[in-house]
Amino acid sequence: MQLSEAQKKRRRSRSIAIAWALAAMAALFFVVTMVRLGANVMNRPF
Amino acid sequence: MSDNSLGFTRSEYESSLAYGSGGVGDFFALMKPRVMSLVVFTALVGLVVAPGTLHPVIAIAALICIAVGAGASGALNMWYDADIDAIMQRTAARPVPRGRVSADEALTFGTVLAAGSVITMGMLVNWVSAALLALTIGFYLFIYTMWLKRRTPQNIVIGGAAGALPPIIGWAAVTGTVGLESIVLFLIIFIWTPPHFWALALYRTRDYERAGIPMLPVTAGPDTTRSHILFYSLVLAPTGLAPVFIDMGGIAYAVLATVLGVAFVALALRVYTRRKGREAEKAAKKLFSFSILYLLLLFAVLLVEHVLGGLTVTGA
Repeated sequence: MQLSEAQKKRRRSRSIAIAWALAAMAALFFVVTMVRLGANVMNRPF
Repeated sequence: MSDNSLGFTRSEYESSLAYGSGGVGDFFALMKPRVMSLVVFTALVGLVVAPGTLHPVIAIAALICIAVGAGASGALNMWYDADIDAIMQRTAARPVPRGRVSADEALTFGTVLAAGSVITMGMLVNWVSAALLALTIGFYLFIYTMWLKRRTPQNIVIGGAAGALPPIIGWAAVTGTVGLESIVLFLIIFIWTPPHFWALALYRTRDYERAGIPMLPVTAGPDTTRSHILFYSLVLAPTGLAPVFIDMGGIAYAVLATVLGVAFVALALRVYTRRKGREAEKAAKKLFSFSILYLLLLFAVLLVEHVLGGLTVTGA
């Protein structure tokens, strides 16, 4: 199936939105982990 | 060939049915952003009035999960109801009936958001609030959308429970339990829902009739609907005052809930007495608009009272 230029443009904008959503989710998990662990984040065996 | 009313070509429309040609805005519209904002707001109130403390970051994470869960419910509702949405004037421009998003895409989008929001809520906040979020999404999709909506005029009475659950989820995010106060907030929204939707259904009766949805004005007629609206308004006004008696609402809340409750009943009375022509339609539209303001102000004053009375959302 051949996509029109407009469809290609919308697909690209959807892909960018998904990328932003995934990045935001990763950031959210990271920040909440930091909040939950607090200072203990440094307390680990090396 | 161009479709004047929809603004895109027939070939674009047909290819979209197979593949979907929706942009980001179309997927955002699938999430029913206006409903979502009310859900997030009522959940925020549940979260703020709850006893205990919650780190602001985790509170924000909880609200994001609730927002996404509400969006998932909207998308799944639009997937299932695409056939009747296409018939109704109010919903014909939604992304699925317009052909901007295919039904399969809406289903996938809604399912991924639903699973993602519940799992994230469980991992980042707690599993009680995650279970309540799952219950809300499931109730809205399976009980309201798939079962009740097309079968009984009590559809929005029972189905209203889904829209009333967010304050309980917010409360559970902080406490990990379901408290009496959160049940009171649930009851306010639960009793508010029927007069709110029946006011809308009164001036959209033909729409519902065409789509074959058994809303009360369609099955029992407008006069019976007006009686039901008045009855629920008379129950809602004192229920709106209930937070005062369990020390959740202060003086400002008591005054506002009284004034708003009286105004709600007065507008319901106007709907009850004005039964013909433009006046009847105007009365129903006014009650519908006011009902949104009623809920918004009631919850806003609770929020303000609790924020001014000492922040419950504090840093750990």
